[in-house]
Amino acid sequence: MTDTLPDNTGYVAAAYLVFFALILIYVVIMATKLARFERELAELDELADRVAAEREHDQEREAVST
Amino acid sequence: MRCSTTWSRIESPLLYGTRLRALSILTAVTLTAGFGLAFFYAPMDADQGFMQKIFYVHVPLAIVALCGFVFGGIMAIQHLRTGDARYDLRSYVAIHLSLILGAGVLVTGSIWARASWGHWWVWDEPTLVSFLVIFLLYATYQPLRFSIEDPDRQARYASVFAIIAGAFVPLNFLAVRLAQAYTHPRVFATTDGGLPAKMQLPFYLCLIGMALLFATLWKYEMASKNTSAKLRSLRRKLGGDEAVARRGRSAAPSLRTGS
Repeated sequence: MTDTLPDNTGYVAAAYLVFFALILIYVVIMATKLARFERELAELDELADRVAAEREHDQEREAVST
Repeated sequence: MRCSTTWSRIESPLLYGTRLRALSILTAVTLTAGFGLAFFYAPMDADQGFMQKIFYVHVPLAIVALCGFVFGGIMAIQHLRTGDARYDLRSYVAIHLSLILGAGVLVTGSIWARASWGHWWVWDEPTLVSFLVIFLLYATYQPLRFSIEDPDRQARYASVFAIIAGAFVPLNFLAVRLAQAYTHPRVFATTDGGLPAKMQLPFYLCLIGMALLFATLWKYEMASKNTSAKLRSLRRKLGGDEAVARRGRSAAPSLRTGS
């Protein structure tokens, strides 16, 4: 192997960069989806808490009325 | 052949999430090893020199993309045979991923063509043109899906398209074999002109790595789609139908969320 890199190194580097860029873009898209899932889960958690509180409240009212 | 689509229960995301970490690690290790061997073990090509290293990313990418299209066709056959919407989703994800890889093939191929022939694109080269034809054919898959509003009809028409287009893919391989001006070394040839032994190991490793990458991304996408459907189902259970936003027209298959 020689110390100097061949002339067409740029083309080889560009081809491999295209490949890695594709993977990187895909990872970014997946990260965005993951963030959306996290947000939706937090909303559902709040919704579940509200539903549970309403149920508890209804049960208390039922107990008082009986 | 059953015509109507029966919507099955949503698959558990764990079905695709399991062993995903191990698969991701295996993919990273295989691809790194493959590229490492391509640069530091494989000899320089006598004709093309250093630029032949593009071969180790371009050809495995092309083979895996084409196999992905065929896989999409096989899943589409299963969809039409069973009427199970999960096969439509599998077919859709495989074709979607193959299109992304296909774009990579075209760009890396153009770079290689520029380095080797001085032109970004050569129209009289059957290998390039036949791949472009297949890529453009599949580029119409998403608009086709989007143009059909009814999910059942969308899934059926998309499956028919995926099967016909999938059968067209082997023609690409045939074109490569029949091409007069050989762009790539004939990897699977046993006579003169085949890949030298020291180039075979890095090439096959890159090919396996690329196939693993496809499998990993496919599983990620499937897990993501299933998780999304599960979340909708959970939202409906907790808040009723009004809590779930009406799903607009989409090219992506919808797994019907029901308990």
